[in-house]
Amino acid sequence: MRLVVVGNGMAGSRLVSEVRARDPHLTITVFGAEEGHPYNRVLLSNVLAGKARAEQLRLHELSWYGANRVEAVSGSAVAWIDRETRAVHTTDGRREPYDLLVLATGSEAFVPRIPGVERAIPFRTLDDCDRILKAAEHSRRAVVVGGGLLGIEAARGLAGRGLPVTLLHLADHLMERQLDPEAGLVLGETLTGLGVDIRTGVVAEAVEEDGVRLAGGELADGDLVVLACGVRPLTGLAAEAGLEVRRGIVVDDEMRTDDPSIFAIGECAEHDGNVYGLVAPAWEQAAVAADVITGGKSRYRGSRLVTRLKASSVELAAMGETQLTDEHAEVVRFSHRAKGTYRKLVIRDGRLVGAILLGDSDAVGTLTQLFDRGGPVPGDRAGLLFPGLAAAPVAESPVLMPDAAKVCQCNNVTKGQIRACWEAGARNVAGVAAATRATTGCGTCRDAVEGIVGWLCEQEGISA
Amino acid sequence: MDAPVKTHCPYCALQCGMAIGGQGTEITITPRTDIPANAAGALCQKGWTAAELLTNGERLTSPLLHGEPVSWEVALDHVAERLSGIAAEHGPDAVAVFGGGGLTNEKAYLLGKFARVALRTSQIDYNGRFCMSSAAAASIRAFGMDRGMPFPITDLAGADVILLAGGNPAETMPPFVRHLDGARLIVIDPRRTPTAKLAWLHLRPTPGTDLALALGLLHLAIAEELVDEAYIEERTSGFDAVRTSLAAWWPERVERITGVPVPRMREAVRALAAANSAYVLTGRGAEQHAKGTDTVTAFVNLALALGLPGRQGSGYGCLTGQGNGQGGREHGQKADQLPGYRKIDDPAAREHVAGVWGVPPEDLPGPGRSAYELLDALGTPDGSRAMLVFGSNPVVSAPASAHVADRIKALDLLVVCDVVLSETAALADVVLPVTQWAEETGTMTNLEGRVLLRRQAVEPPAGVRSDLEVIAGLARRLGHDFADEPGKVFEELRRASAGGPADYSGITYERIADETGVFWPCPAPEHPGTPRPFLDSFATPDGRARFVPVEHRPPVEDIDEDYPVYLTTGRVLAHYQSGAQTRRIASLTKAAPQPYVELHPDLAERLKIEAGDQVLVTSRRGESRGEARISDAIRSDTVFMPFHWEGANRLTNPALDPTSRMPEFKVCAVRVERDA
Repeated sequence: MRLVVVGNGMAGSRLVSEVRARDPHLTITVFGAEEGHPYNRVLLSNVLAGKARAEQLRLHELSWYGANRVEAVSGSAVAWIDRETRAVHTTDGRREPYDLLVLATGSEAFVPRIPGVERAIPFRTLDDCDRILKAAEHSRRAVVVGGGLLGIEAARGLAGRGLPVTLLHLADHLMERQLDPEAGLVLGETLTGLGVDIRTGVVAEAVEEDGVRLAGGELADGDLVVLACGVRPLTGLAAEAGLEVRRGIVVDDEMRTDDPSIFAIGECAEHDGNVYGLVAPAWEQAAVAADVITGGKSRYRGSRLVTRLKASSVELAAMGETQLTDEHAEVVRFSHRAKGTYRKLVIRDGRLVGAILLGDSDAVGTLTQLFDRGGPVPGDRAGLLFPGLAAAPVAESPVLMPDAAKVCQCNNVTKGQIRACWEAGARNVAGVAAATRATTGCGTCRDAVEGIVGWLCEQEGISA
Repeated sequence: MDAPVKTHCPYCALQCGMAIGGQGTEITITPRTDIPANAAGALCQKGWTAAELLTNGERLTSPLLHGEPVSWEVALDHVAERLSGIAAEHGPDAVAVFGGGGLTNEKAYLLGKFARVALRTSQIDYNGRFCMSSAAAASIRAFGMDRGMPFPITDLAGADVILLAGGNPAETMPPFVRHLDGARLIVIDPRRTPTAKLAWLHLRPTPGTDLALALGLLHLAIAEELVDEAYIEERTSGFDAVRTSLAAWWPERVERITGVPVPRMREAVRALAAANSAYVLTGRGAEQHAKGTDTVTAFVNLALALGLPGRQGSGYGCLTGQGNGQGGREHGQKADQLPGYRKIDDPAAREHVAGVWGVPPEDLPGPGRSAYELLDALGTPDGSRAMLVFGSNPVVSAPASAHVADRIKALDLLVVCDVVLSETAALADVVLPVTQWAEETGTMTNLEGRVLLRRQAVEPPAGVRSDLEVIAGLARRLGHDFADEPGKVFEELRRASAGGPADYSGITYERIADETGVFWPCPAPEHPGTPRPFLDSFATPDGRARFVPVEHRPPVEDIDEDYPVYLTTGRVLAHYQSGAQTRRIASLTKAAPQPYVELHPDLAERLKIEAGDQVLVTSRRGESRGEARISDAIRSDTVFMPFHWEGANRLTNPALDPTSRMPEFKVCAVRVERDA
């Protein structure tokens, strides 16, 4: 059987790996529009921030394809699909027949149609990243248009390189799809502290030589303009082939389009009305499609979305329905703007349906897993927001410790036994150790034993 | 009165030095100060109370045939006759041998020889398969050789940072903790164990996700350019493939899988990389999984990327568990192995060992089944019909233990050598009472790879024989003349190991006594031994350590609606392994009297379980009970049970690691309820 994959990005390359892991024999050909290795787009903002080099993004070495008998054709765009004879045709004239076809064409940066927009550089691909970094070398100030996840990461990355940055955003607060207004505000303040000038509720009307002209006439000054205005699914190939396309290419729970021999996965696919723009759903879809293609019975039921900002010194996780209010759900919130901390839980029917965590917090792991699994939320909500609160170590004061408390774990010695030993005449750790073996194992209770003996001696002094 | 005899503790792989004085009921134990493992004169409660093992009222002193006392002659004649009959009828593989990681090197060696030469069976394996096999496989894959800690324990004292993945030495080998004193300790464990409480940083992954965490840590090390490029270039191979495979394991993805916050991962990696002296250590928590070998490999990859192994003052090591867990995996009681850590399918190895044994190489059987596969096949048409067990209690310690007990009951003949009537011995047709620890002499190889001498300190009770005498007695009845005196067996072991990776040929009892232990490899009497074998080169053909790309995958059995809670198992301080020894010592049973189920207050509240309630835990393989202990030291999605009592392992998953054949002890899915 011949499998052809169109698109060798995050979704396509993952699908190829997953299929090959399940079936060593299938003939696989993958077409990638970009030149070079498939790479991890999630890490692009690290490259922009100077925290990763391009080669660290590679998802496969080119040698992987030979070793795994996968034909990878890079820099070759597929022009059309001939569903009659089941073959794809590339712009450079190649015809590749298929038994099964997977469309993983992804999406492209949305570029607003405003005057001068060709002066700006979208932020979407490794090539874009190169262009931005080259331009940044001799720029004095950058303007990033778009305060979503990618725009914020780009702005933070450029600011981290020492470039003053202005971030323009149409909505009234940053990441308005993931955050409530207060979280957006706190995030903005954190970014401001890191050298990003935040302008929300502004409309970019034109890109000019010296910056971005805003509605109302003001100029956001900058000689490097980066666009992060969202993405649009690449569905043209599917639409021209007559497949059902709404916002994305419509697929069922097997990730099949309305042509049973054609699948679509990743950012170009629309499942149950949803088009996902994150990698986790794309990989879940790739796993399902690979399983179905190799004869398995997996089904895709939609993904839970966790957004995790990758920006140095900004810890942000947002998941699920974060905007619900007290009328519709139980909301638990903690805000400390001065420290850049904002934490919010949204709970419905005893389950975590949404959360925001801004600022470093150990809660992120627990909350993500609670959200992912839909498990019951424990009664102690504060403990969820502040892990370790309940487990704060009790001061092991020798005075307060009950006699039954175990002091030496290794030799199972209680405070009562140490007291008895003291009453029998032991006045130091060595004496207690000789009689009870306390401190002779791992040795970490030495201070505690010393404390108890010291306290007992002190008591003796007082009562004498 | 005789001077106290210098020997070692009967329990874990630390093999603390102790001196034993007196006889009978007047036996005294004093810690030695000349053995580095416990040079501070440390012992834990198990060590201090070990003398009670020697005077225990439950001691077996007569062979039992179908439960009735018989003479040694009758017992051994019966066993030999039955073994011959079963082998004659069904072929030599119808007889299986099951050994243990607590046996001395001499016993492990003689047992392997007995299986291959006297029984000519390929069906021999041992409980170390359940213990060290994943770490061993990963070390061999990376370094070409498996010596648990390829450096002296005292090197750890100089460390700035130590990363310990899935180990709880504060309970399992308390005096070890003294060697960690100077370092910032990073502990990876789903539970806040006594060891984790000592940590500078505790990373708390979801059970079964250690591999993802290790990949995330290495991803960060690469992303933050903390890797040691010069070392990688000079001393390793295969890094490029690993680096590429790690692009898919960015920290935010790993956070979602493991539950470990990205900033904590970053702190861990930065601390390790900034240290002048750093160690990465693994324990059973990381290893006892159906992906244990790959998990250890991921930690080894991290250590290699940071340039740690093969340098003085840094490295990778595993914490061996059983008393002779190291030596026990070197001398031929493992299914695929011959003495000296040789491979049984290597023609040169077969020729050398067959020469020492005086048999043609082609007479030696090939590799047999791994421990669980061997047990699982017992009494089936393809499996063995008779089994000899030495130093092991698989009815308690094997995964899916109720099933294993059923397989054992299906045998035509079960012979168990033990000190007491263990749960496995209770099922045996023939029980042979043997000497133990302070009643006999032999060598043990501790977690450092240091060969130590356990010396006889007391007279054994009348009526018992040593395992060596039992093996030789059976061999004689089967027509083979085996040495049965430890010193003579060790001489033979030296010759058999000569030229192998674990070369003991230069080690003698006298040297061990004089030098308080000798590190293998030690290929000649004048050779000083090898405390740090990788300083110049690794034991691979090109001398380079090998990076191996590995991928995370979920636990074989993940939680679902029917079985919504993870179970993980482990040890408590007062007990050792299957508890056959420690459960018979009064002060230890007082400290830890019964099995328990540790659960988080949130889970307890949801299940309406209160402290002290009897809890029923059910998995797809069986059920088990224990007293509820409510503690926030455990995650709310996980319960913990100690495995020292028959029961916990009825629940565990026998899914095996494809390389090491290690069962997935450390994670399975269970249902938890209050026992009505």
